[in-house]
This record gives sequence, C-alpha cells and structure tokens, in this order.
Amino acid sequence: MHLSNGMGSMSTASSSGAWKSGDVVTDQFPAGLRVLVVDDDPTCLMILERMLRTCLYEVTKCNRAEIALSLLRENKNGFDIVISDVHMPDMDGFKLLEHVGLEMDLPVIMMSADDGKSVVMKGVTHGACDYLIKPVRIEALKNIWQHVVRKKKNEWKDVEQSGSVEEGDRQQKPSEDADYSSSANEGTWKNSKRRKDEEEETDERDDSSTLKKPRVVWSVELHQQFVGAVNQLGIDKAVPKKILELMNVPGLTRENVASHLQKYRLYLRRLSGVSQHQNNLSNSFMSPQEASFGAMQSLSGLDLQTLAVTGQLPVQSLATLQAAGLGRSTTKSGVPMPLVDQRNLFSFENPKQHHLSSSKPMNLLHGIPTTMEAKQLANLHQSAQSLGAVNMQVNAHGVQNSSLLMPVAQSQPRGQILNETSGNHVPRLSSSMGHPIMSNGMSSGVSGRNGMVDSGRGGGYNPMQQNSSILNYPLNSSSQLPCNSFTLGSTPVMSSLTSKGAFPEDVNSDVKISSGFMPSYDMFNELQQHKSNDWDLQNVGLTFDPSQHTNSMHNSLDPSVLVHQGFSSSQRGGQSRSPTTVGKALFSMGEGSHLGNVQNTGQHLNGFVVDNTVRIKAEAVPDATSQTSFFHEQYGQDDLMSALLKQQDGLGPAENEFDFDGYSLDNIPV
Amino acid sequence: MDRNQLQRQVALKRSFLFEQCYLDPQQFVQLEELQDDANPNFVEEIVTLFYKDSARLFQKIEQALYSRPIDFAKLDDYMHQFKGSTSSIGAIKVKNECSQFKEFCLAANADGCVRALERVKQEHQTLRIHLENYFQLRRQAGLVQRV
Repeated sequence: MHLSNGMGSMSTASSSGAWKSGDVVTDQFPAGLRVLVVDDDPTCLMILERMLRTCLYEVTKCNRAEIALSLLRENKNGFDIVISDVHMPDMDGFKLLEHVGLEMDLPVIMMSADDGKSVVMKGVTHGACDYLIKPVRIEALKNIWQHVVRKKKNEWKDVEQSGSVEEGDRQQKPSEDADYSSSANEGTWKNSKRRKDEEEETDERDDSSTLKKPRVVWSVELHQQFVGAVNQLGIDKAVPKKILELMNVPGLTRENVASHLQKYRLYLRRLSGVSQHQNNLSNSFMSPQEASFGAMQSLSGLDLQTLAVTGQLPVQSLATLQAAGLGRSTTKSGVPMPLVDQRNLFSFENPKQHHLSSSKPMNLLHGIPTTMEAKQLANLHQSAQSLGAVNMQVNAHGVQNSSLLMPVAQSQPRGQILNETSGNHVPRLSSSMGHPIMSNGMSSGVSGRNGMVDSGRGGGYNPMQQNSSILNYPLNSSSQLPCNSFTLGSTPVMSSLTSKGAFPEDVNSDVKISSGFMPSYDMFNELQQHKSNDWDLQNVGLTFDPSQHTNSMHNSLDPSVLVHQGFSSSQRGGQSRSPTTVGKALFSMGEGSHLGNVQNTGQHLNGFVVDNTVRIKAEAVPDATSQTSFFHEQYGQDDLMSALLKQQDGLGPAENEFDFDGYSLDNIPV
Repeated sequence: MDRNQLQRQVALKRSFLFEQCYLDPQQFVQLEELQDDANPNFVEEIVTLFYKDSARLFQKIEQALYSRPIDFAKLDDYMHQFKGSTSSIGAIKVKNECSQFKEFCLAANADGCVRALERVKQEHQTLRIHLENYFQLRRQAGLVQRV
C-alpha cells in the first residue's frame, strides 16, 4: 500500500488512495504504517527496526537526529509517525520532537532507558504523544498506530469545524489526502502559498479548497494578529472566541484559533520552564563572537525598534537598550546552539536582523544588571506560566527572546507580546522555510497537514531548514539508496555537517568528511534560481548540538556563509556530478560494510576488525571532497563581513518574497 | 554428536544463561521471537552488533575517565548509553555493573569508577564467551539439521 521508503513517497500518488475521506483506517491498516525510528544506539535501532517490521510497519531507521530531520523534511508526507530516543549525541531528542511537531506535525514517540518522572514529563510538555521505556517491547510497538489515527482524526475534525470551509472542500480533502498529495497538488499549493503572501487569508482558503488543505496555515501576519489579540485580551482572558473577534480574519474559525492557542500556551509554558537554563546557556556561549559581528550588531538597533514597535515598547527604553547593546558590541555575543532557533524566532521579522537580534540579546543580557534580569525573568515566568504551554520549538530562543525583551519591556504585557510574537513566529518560519527549500529541488510535496506551514515564503529564513535542506540534497541526489544505508555510511559524513560554513579552522577538518554532502551543491545551484537561495544556504553549518559554541558562531555567520556559498555553488555547478557519485559511493560503502560486518562477525563475534574496515572506508571518502574544503577555506572574517554587507543589500528583493517587510521594516518608526 | 544431542546442548546452554542471570529471559526471548525464516540468526546479529558498538563506547568511556579533569556528567552519559545497549539484549549482569558505575559517577568517585569499569568489562567479556559458545552450538545443531 505505502511506499517502501519514505523518500519515494511523494512521487507516487497511489498511497493517497488508501486514506479515504473521513476514514483514517484502511483495511490493511496498521500494516504499512510508515515509521521513522531514530536512535544513536545501533543495537537498539536494529532491534526496533526488526520489531517494527514484525508489526508489518514500513520502517526507516536513522542513527542521527539531523538525518532524521532531513528525511522528514524531504518527504513531508513520507512518514506517519516518528519514534525517537531521548539521549542522542547530535541533538537532544526533545529538540527533534519539537521540530517534528512544528514542521511536520507528525506524532512523535519518545523512548529512553530513563524512566524518571521528570524526563517523562518533559516528553509530555514537549508534545510527545507517547513515551516508551527501554528496552522496548514489541507489544508497545504494536499499538503505536493509535497515535497516528488519533492525530488524523483531530485534524479532520478541525477541518470539518472550520465554518469557512466549503462543502466541496470537505469532500475533497480529508486531511490524509493532503499528506499524500501528488506533485500536482504540491505545485498548486506552492503557488497558492506564494500568492497568499500578498493576499488575505480568505484567498488562501479559496485556494485551499482546490488544494485539499484542511488546516489553517498560520502565517506570520496571522500569528502576529493572534498574539496581538491575545495580549490585548490578557493571557488569562484570551478565549478563542474573543481572539477570533479581535483578529477579525475572514475565514478563520474559532476552532482554528483554539488549537493554535493551545499550542501557543504550551510553548509559553515551556519557555518559562527553561528560561533559567537558557540564561546560563546564553552566558556560556557568549565568548566566541567575532568582531565581524560589529556590523551586524549595528543593525540590532533595528531589531530593537522592530520589537519595540511590535511590542509597543517605550522609545526611551529602546534607546537605552540600543546604547547598551551597541556599547557592548565588542562583547562577544555568542550565539548558543539554541539560538539557531532564536534566529528563527526573529527571522520572520527580518531575516538578516534575525541574526543580529539573536546576537543582540546576548549583549543586552550582559549590559543589564542581574537583579533586573532576575525580576524580569520572574515576570516573564509568571506571564508565561499563565499562558500555558505550546509545543513550539526552541526553548532556547524563546528564552533568549525573553531575555532581550525583559529588560526592554517595562510592562509585563509588552514583554509578553514580544516574547510571544517572536516565539510563535519561529515555528512558523521554520515550517514555511521548509517549503521553498523543498520545492526547489525535492520531490516531496508541501505538507498540508502542518498547520504552521503557512507562508511558503520563498527562501524562508529558517536556519533549521537550511541545515536540513543541505542534508536533503545529498539524499535527493542519491535517492535510490535505501534509507538504511545512511546509518552506517552517513554517520561520518553527517557529523561534518555541523560545522559546515563555519570558520576555516573548524571547517577544514569537518569538511573533509562531508564528502557525502557534495551532492548538495547540486541543489545550491538550483536554489540560486530562487531568491531564497541566500536564505537557504544561509544556515549551512547550523548544527543541532547546543554544546558547541563553534556551532553557534557558525549560526551567526549565516548571512556571510550564505553569500559565500551562493557564490561558490555557482562555481561548482560542474562539480556536482562527482560529489553525487562520491556521496553515493559513501553510502553504498557504508551499507556494504555494514552487511559485511554482520556476516563476518556472525562467525567470530569480533566486531573490531569490521569496525576498522568501516572507518577506513569512511575516511577514504574525504579525499574526494577536497573541493569542499577549498570552498570553505574562503571564509575569513573579512569575507564574512563583506558577505554580510553584500547580503544586506541583497536582502531587499529577498524580503519581498518573505512578506516580512509588512511586519519588520515598515513598522520601524522614523 | 547427533542432532538431538546438539539441540539439547543448545537448550541447556540457554537455560544456564538465564539461570545464572547472564541474560534476562524476557528480553532475550523477545529477541528470539523476532527470528524467522528470513532472519534466522537475528539474535546473533544483534549480539555481534552490540559487541562491536561496545568497543566504541568503552573507548569513549575510558577516554573520559582518564582525562583530567574528569567530566563525570559525560562519563555518566556514556555509560547511560552503554547501559541502554546492554539492556536491549538483556545482559543483566553487565547492566548491573553499569548501574554501579553510574553510582560512582554521581558520587564523582574516580577510583570507584575505574574499578566499576573493570567489572563491567569483565562481565561483558564473560558474557561474550558464553554467547559465542551458545551461538556456535546453535549453528552446529542447525547445520546438523540441514544435513
């Protein structure tokens, strides 16, 4: 019924027939349920895969969260459910959970050997639909399909209840159809999303009737309206009906608002819970900032202004902040890993400024007396707690955001506005960013299920998406490879992705291993056709590992990285073929060696020899990627600076596509 | 030895492993149930994979243990990973020693950790020998069967 691997799912329309309108269960169900399982422990992963196969599910296994995310992004409708370990070296399982929930809105099951109450609770607050204790028993896996059904049922109910949905819509578009939309639908959806950028939500709704998209897409503007309404009412009094009235958006239903409010509350609740931790994080990541960010920081004033306007901050405080911020521009404004998300947070306002704003908060934090911070934090906590929790991504940047906002916001509601606005926009952005990336070269369709997927802004500025888009590319070009091969073969390759686009010293060592990603430059060329290219490439080098500050540096450098990559990729158009081969070779090597391992060691129970073999093979690959290292070596601080400045110029046209300008620059008071 | 004898030996060995708490019968049987005609040696493959991965984890743990200053949180994390692995194949004794190690990590007791790691490795190796023997017997019994 379903495709054998998630990557091919988008190109086949046959699967969509399996999901009838209003009927989430087919006669074969749950057989064929497409599961993506993520665990860094190869033993567990293999056992889980085997168990899931025994349950007649279609299993794709991943040993890295980054790979999993890229797989998911590439095939938004390629999976039904995700099972992920909590403890993973490259990315916290909860972070992956957030991403998946926001971008793909798939049910996610967490698992861990840790059965402590706090960890399980964390799973709940982050929106996991279930939590399994390891070692996982097959009985537990037999029932995971219920989460898929439940989610689809809820989605479908939303569709039904949205009053503006036409009758024809309901019949045409069971939520499942949207998931499995063929490329025809996907194209239509993409186009309509572009149009939606300029038009009102009603237009989108009209479009959606032909797109079979039951969900409301929460665009940046819509979300801003939502947050504004919520703040106006006061978090405690914000009920969907009143919010709806305040928003006055034709076509929006109370149910849409209600579900969005729920997510928003979850998000805020989580923010308050981690704000303390984030503060610490931000401090620890402060160090490595470069002077090249001075230019970026000079733009932070714009960020503040934007925020001020958005949050109606008093101008005096804005000026103070600016002074404080600029005065501290020499301070290293480390951008913690989580700030990747923070960038998302601000990104919808102004992609470039997002970088700056992400670094900005750090400065402000330092410039502000601790007591005030603590008080503000406390205020924020209270307000956030009353808001409830929303399953939004990135606690980190939520916190960063709040740190920035708290000193600025004199009154609590203001802080909330800023916080909420930013926080909520981040997920939007990430999801919206994903689409253009995917449409650029991927066969995967835009997911209709993701309510967050509002504005398929061209060239979305989503650092996360950027990262994944890069990951996507190699996958795309080597699409014939079974997913399983990624685990072994791609491990050495993927690990290098984290520092892509980083400073030369970081990049050289990592880039060598990134041979598998050479194919990604194929996509870069394609991307260049779109204005969004800059943004897509911008976040190369973003990692999901909060523990490395170098990564954070990479993040802040995105604009420059972006430009460089844009330039380089055009040069390397001709090189794309070989990297693809290399990538494929790598993967197939990985796969081959894996099989060889099992067979050989089956006899001797000695994995050491095989292990070395695997390693050798992996190392052989980097030799082929000298081009990549060359590419990255171009990065220098000066280059970055100039790139950044160039990028600023280039932002104009790009921004139009994002439709952010309506919010950001226009709002800046003269 | 004829087939029956070999098969009896396999069964005996299996019981021994369970009774001596080398292996958790619940978990191990779960793994065995995953075997079928298409995957007749699944358990052996898993165990092989486990031992191969163990080497990698041991390396990380030792590196962390012998670095100065010791990052006990990291040590605990690595051992947590290893422990998860051992529990997935049902290796009880090894898992218990892992728990001991984690206790020492919590207490930031470097010497305790070193000793606990030694015990983990001992149990790990002992189990390995037993399992190798078990799978060999199993194969022999199976081979005889095929003939």
